This record gives sequence, structure tokens and C-alpha cells, in this order.
Amino acid sequence: MALVDERVAHGHGHGEAHHHELGFWQKYVFSQDHKVIGIQYGFTALCFLLFGFTLMMMMRWSIAYPNQPIPLVGKLLKASGGIIAPEFYNQLGAMHGTIMVFLGIVPLAVGAFGNYIVPLQIGAPDMAFPKLNMASYWSYFVGGVIMLSSFFAPGGAAQSGWTSYPPLSDIAPTGQTLWLFGMLFLIISSVLGSMNFLVTIIQLRAPGLTWMRLPFFVWAQFVTSFLLLLAFPALQAAAVLQMMDRLAGTSFFLPSGLVISGQQLQVAGGGSPLLWQHLFWFLAHPEVYVLILPAFGIIAEVIANNTRKPLWGYRSMVYAVSFLGFMSFIVWAHHMFMTGMGTVMSTFFQTTTMIISIPSVIVLTALIISLWGASIRYTVPMLFALAFLPMFAIGGLTGLPLGLAPTDIHLHDTLYVIGHFHYVVAPGTIFAMFAGIYYWFPKLTGRKMSTMLGHIHFWPSFLFMNGIFFPMLIQGLAGVQRRLYDGGASYSHAQPVLHWNAFMSGSAWLLGLSQIAFIINLFWSMKKGEKAGSNPWDATTLEWAATTSPPLAHGNFVEVPTVHRGPYDYSLPGASKDFTPQHQLQEV
Amino acid sequence: MSASDAESIRKQTRSYIVVFVTLMVMTVLTVAVSYFHMPVGLAILVALIIASFKGSLVAGVFMHLSHERKVIYWVLLVTVIFFIVLMAIPSISQWDQRMLR
Amino acid sequence: MEIPYNVEARPDTGLFNAKLGIWLFLASEVMLFGALFSSYVLLRTGAPAGTWHHGREFLNVPLATLNTIILIASSVTMVMSWASLKLNDFKKYRMYMGLTLLAGVGFLIVKGFEYGHKFEIGLLPKSNTFLAIYFTLTGLHGLHVIGGMIVNGYFLGPGAKMFKTEPERFTNRIEVAGLYWHFVDLVWIFLFPTLYLL
Repeated sequence: MALVDERVAHGHGHGEAHHHELGFWQKYVFSQDHKVIGIQYGFTALCFLLFGFTLMMMMRWSIAYPNQPIPLVGKLLKASGGIIAPEFYNQLGAMHGTIMVFLGIVPLAVGAFGNYIVPLQIGAPDMAFPKLNMASYWSYFVGGVIMLSSFFAPGGAAQSGWTSYPPLSDIAPTGQTLWLFGMLFLIISSVLGSMNFLVTIIQLRAPGLTWMRLPFFVWAQFVTSFLLLLAFPALQAAAVLQMMDRLAGTSFFLPSGLVISGQQLQVAGGGSPLLWQHLFWFLAHPEVYVLILPAFGIIAEVIANNTRKPLWGYRSMVYAVSFLGFMSFIVWAHHMFMTGMGTVMSTFFQTTTMIISIPSVIVLTALIISLWGASIRYTVPMLFALAFLPMFAIGGLTGLPLGLAPTDIHLHDTLYVIGHFHYVVAPGTIFAMFAGIYYWFPKLTGRKMSTMLGHIHFWPSFLFMNGIFFPMLIQGLAGVQRRLYDGGASYSHAQPVLHWNAFMSGSAWLLGLSQIAFIINLFWSMKKGEKAGSNPWDATTLEWAATTSPPLAHGNFVEVPTVHRGPYDYSLPGASKDFTPQHQLQEV
Repeated sequence: MSASDAESIRKQTRSYIVVFVTLMVMTVLTVAVSYFHMPVGLAILVALIIASFKGSLVAGVFMHLSHERKVIYWVLLVTVIFFIVLMAIPSISQWDQRMLR
Repeated sequence: MEIPYNVEARPDTGLFNAKLGIWLFLASEVMLFGALFSSYVLLRTGAPAGTWHHGREFLNVPLATLNTIILIASSVTMVMSWASLKLNDFKKYRMYMGLTLLAGVGFLIVKGFEYGHKFEIGLLPKSNTFLAIYFTLTGLHGLHVIGGMIVNGYFLGPGAKMFKTEPERFTNRIEVAGLYWHFVDLVWIFLFPTLYLL
């Protein structure tokens, strides 16, 4: 099945050489077409997400039934008799986080959706730098392979948390070095990719497509790219420093007089573990906005389309996410309130953190008000989008006590933190990703996904997401720490809330089963899904007006479209249809 | 290429040479100054001022930044702000921590 | 449809794509070296009084001054190579680009000598935190020099063919390569006093 049709749509008067008759490798493997690259990113990212999910399912066995052999799968862990040892649990934990964030969500949200949709929504034939785009994907792929290979290193994979705090990470087994190497490639991929996105959006917008006529999805990707461009280098530097510590014996992060297992460490000393934390969180805080912004973008598109009215407060949303992007660089040390911070810094970061909650509220409120008075179409994408709203609200609200130092004292490093960020990322971002896949599937393949399977996917997923993460908030409030392989069983203060563990683990495994409907739907619909034309959702944005039919041909548009109106001219008074595409001159 | 374009390039070439000589002088100056005994804070300030001056010549003249477009200026402004944040905050945080003791 | 504004500037921004691209890339590089400079400041200000080793203790100031001069000179020859192309003088372009490469080689040789001597007398990155940050900063900078030289070498050699078929596009490429090269010089202008003189 060819997802990208290499028949060239000839425009008029273009004399340069087109890519006729590309070989297999150039067409499908080393492609420079943003659509192929987008699909590569998407497929790879979904595989990593599934793998990361599997790691979590194993962790949840250990949490619910510590030191007991895993049924069925346990035979694979021959060495330990099918039991998840605490050291292995730590590997699962560190790699689950790393894989989900860096190999799963960002590549899917930015690499897949961004790459495929942004050029189409701005009326461009491709990204500004197609070769660079290809290099970005393969750099990500290589980084991912290196990361996964760490499972086979002596001592196992990285096991110092996805946050890799020194001194522990400095002295951890070889897997950590492979983690650092993997990060080097992933960061290069992201930085080059973000450069590509920014130039594409600034330079390749079609005539008439002014900034305030951009689909909100493009604005979201634009801000996201700035975050990636300017924040990732700090982690790149930190990774270099940690590599120096591990490979060249330096002490960037090792304080003087460090004693490990009763022995003084034979290093020069004079380093600072806090230095790592500053550099890491300088990236990792903007990173969480990288995780949510594309999701906001997708939800905005789906809501506008399925309410048949323009988004309420488009301008406010644009200013809000721009302000959010800026603020995201000056809140990072709210992850460090418990490091013995002085009062000046603590006050500063609490203040900026409280301020940064405002733009998110503006965006969420605008999306909710957009539903008012709308004739809502309850399509499968819309179900996920509607669920996103309260789920993200819970995630955002639970973040507030973490951003205030006095309450953070009690909640830091507990399961409350994990509950908070999973609400934002799992029934938040991942639901938005599903919404996007169901929504744009017809554009990629020319067919719609099955609605019935979509419902079978959605309803249980929604239920079980809450089954996992709501009790997690309860356990965290009771003081149960994170990263415990036995789910808190060895602590007396955890006893009253321990019973939730089995419930949460069961929810996690059932959540896993619920994804089967999605996987089947994805592959089945490619061949057997209901055929769809160019614009099955009656949408207004340019990707639906791509003048070649799905699967789209190289170059996307036969002629450069000209934009005459804003992105969401639904239900224009006096128009004959309830939508007026962006490139349409006058209402008919 | 028009005659006026060629003329403007030749003018630019002259400014490149002028800047080169200035940079040489500044380099010698910064090394010379470092041999004077002065308090650390002052030494840092002087070194940074000279380096910034040299840097702005390279950026402004060699990199044509003095005649660049607004888009580039905006990108660099945002970058400079976050660069300052990254430089300042960790060290201020360390100072603030010490104030606690 | 081909990608617009690859060579000619987009009217409202006044830029061709690669120029915006390289400035964005340089912005990320500012943050990369910024993070390392920030680390330097934190480690130095955090060191207990009297424990921080100063550059002069270990480093060869005259040699580094020479390297500074070499790199600045290479910046001049780089921009002259671009100016030559604007004046349609391919021969001059080759000369200046060749000189730029030569200067780069010279810089690396001096660096190699500096490093080699230190390793000989047992001064390694692990010896103390100052040397650690010194080797890391100058090492990363050196890698950037090598990267730039590979690009410049390509444009002096096989890449130069483009001048015959698409002179404006080639000239733009040299401008973009030049911006990167000047940036590498700029970083050194700050590295030199920070590590060697303060």
C-alpha cells in the first residue's frame, strides 16, 4: 500500500527537476518528503509508546505483588526466577519515563503530527529543509536504538530515574552511559527539527496566510519549536558533563569527600550535584510544555471542526501560548524546592510558577467556552477531545500545590507528583494524540477509521486512565514515595492506602487490553475503512484543501493556494454551507 | 551584479580590514591588561567589556548583524534573555543558599 | 512545486530560508555554550576560597593569544571569500577559503600541542575541576572548529561546482557557512579571556 503517491502533480511553469522514479530506499526509507517522514516518526513513536507501556505493566506487577513471579511473562526473566528485582524495577522506571517522553510523545506530537500537518496547513509543498528533516528522523531512530540497547549492557539499562540525578547516575552501570549517548542523538534530532519547523512556518506560509489566520495547531507547533530550540542545548551540555564524569573521571557533579559504600571516592571533587539539576530542569520544564502544546493544538482543531463554529478566544489563545512559552523558561526550579533553596529563589520560582498557570487556564477556558451553543458532532476524535478537557483540568489543578513550596514539602517525591503529571500526559496528551490520529487518518490514507472500534477504544480507556491515576493522588497525599518497587509495602504510613495498588495495576492492564481495539482499527482501516474524499469532516483549514487527493502526492498542492480568511469560518451567516474553507474567496 | 553593488561590497571589504586591525589591537590589550593586578571582580568586568566589544564587531560587521532583518533581531533578543537567565539563576541560587547559613 | 525562498528573499521577512535557519541554529549554540559557561561560573563561585585553580597556573597564554589571532584572521578571510563571490571572482574565493582552512588547521595544531603537552605532564581533565571545564569547553569548541572545516572543505572542493550552475545559491551557502564560522570565532573570543586570563 502506497501511503504517498509518487505521481507528480505538474503545476504550470515550473521547470525544475521533479523526483521521478525514486528507488525503494529513497521513496520509503531515506525519503525527504515530509509526509513520509511524518509517518516514519509516527510509526516508530507508536512502537516506542507500546514498549514503554509494557515496561509500566511490568512495574505495576511489582508494585501490586512485590517479589512474586510474574505469571506467563515471568519465564523470560529466567535469571531472577520470574521476579522483578528492585534493581530491575529501577531500570523499568527510568526507561519507562525516558521512552515515553523522549522516544514516544515528542516524536509523535512534533515529529509525526507536526511534520505531516504543518506544511499542509500553511499551504507549503514541504518543510523548508527536506534533507535536514530526514536527518532529524534518523538521528532520533539511532538515539532510540542506543537507548534500548542499554538493556543489554552489563548492569542493565539506565536506572537512576529519567532525571538521571548525580551522584547516583555518575556511578551507575554502563547503561547510563548509553542513555547519555542516546540523548545526544535525540537532542540533535530535536534541535535540527525545531529549526526546520521555525523556518517553515515563518518563511513558507502561503500568500494571504497572515499570522492571525494560522490554524491554532500551527501556533502551538511554532511555540513548541522555540522551546525545543533554546532549552534542549542545556541538557546537551549537561549530558556532555556527565559523560566526562563517567568516562574521563572528572567531578563536575561530584562533591568533595563523597563516600560510597564506606569508601571515599578517588576523584578531584569540587563538583555540584545541583548543577545537574539546574541544567536538567532548564530543559525538562519547557519539555513538559512541549508535551502539552501540540496536544492543545490538536484539540483546538478537533473542537472547532466538531462544533461547527469558530474557536472562542482565538487571539487570547495565541497570546496565552506565546506568553506560556516565554514563562516556561523561568519556572524550572519549582522542581528543586527541596534542595535547600534560599528564600529569594524560592519566592521567585513560586511566583513565576503561579503566573504560568494562567495561560493554561485561558486556553482551557477558551476551549470549553467554544462548546457553548455549538451543534456538537460526537465523532470519535471529538470524544477524545471532550475527555481531554476535564482530564487536563485535573492535571493542571493538581500541579498547583506542587508549585507552592509549603505544600510541596509534603508532596515532593510522592506518588501525588506522578498522579499529577500522568493526568496531564496520559488522559491529556495521549488522548489528544488519539484524537489527532482518528481525525487526520483520512488525510493520510483516504479512508476513515471504524467508528465502532473507536468507541470500544475510547470508553474503557477513559475509565481505566482514571482508575490508575486518581488513587495515585490519594496514595501521594498519604505520603507514599515514588520509585518504590513494592508500592510502599515496607512503610507503615503507606499501609492504609496499599490496597489501591492492586486496583490501579488491574486498571493498567485493562487499559493495555483496551488499546487492542485501536491497533486493530489502525491496520484494518488502512485496507477496509470507509473511503473518504479530500475533506470528509467538512473542515476549513488548508490541509483538507490539498489539491492532490489522499494519499497525497509529492508537492501537496498543484497550485499555491491563496488564503482569504481566518482558519475557522464555520457557520458563516449567509453562507450556503456550514463551513467556508480558508482559501475560498467569497462566500457562495 | 550592478556597479553600485560592487561598490558597496568594496566598501564593506574596507571595513573588514579596519575591524581586523581593531580586533588585533583589542586582543593584545586584553592580554596586557590581565597582567595588571586588580581585584577579581574588576578584572572580570574589564575582560568581559573588551570581549563584548570584540564580539559585537565580529557580529555586527563580519556577520552583517548591524544591517539584519527584524526577524533575526527578535530571535536573538529572545535568546539573549534566556542566556542571561541561564547564566544568572544557578549562581544566584547558590548565593541565596549560602545566605541561609 | 519547489520550495520557495531558497535563494530569493521572502518579501515580508527579507530573508532567504537558510539564513534564518543558520541564525536559529546559532541561537541554540548560544544556549549550548551558555550552559557550559554557566557551569563554569557556578563551579568557580561555589569553590571554597583558595581551592580554585587559575588559568595561568597551567595554561600557555602566548600560545593561546596566537590562536586567537589565527582564528580572528580566519574570520576575515572567510568573509572575504564571500565578498569575492559577490564580486564574481571565483579565483579569489578559492584563495580566501583556502586561507580560512589553513588557519583552521593552524588553530588545531596549536590546540593539539597544548593538549599534548598537558597530557605529558599529567594534567588531565580529572586532575581538578578547572582543568575539567577547560578541556570540556575548549574540546567542544575544537569539535565545532573541525565541523566548520569539514563544511568549508566541502565548499572549497566538490561543493564549489555549484558556482557554475547556480552562482547566487552558492554565494548564499558561503554566507551561511561564514555565519557559522564567525560564531565559532565569537565563542573563542569569550573563551580565551575566561579560561586563560581570569
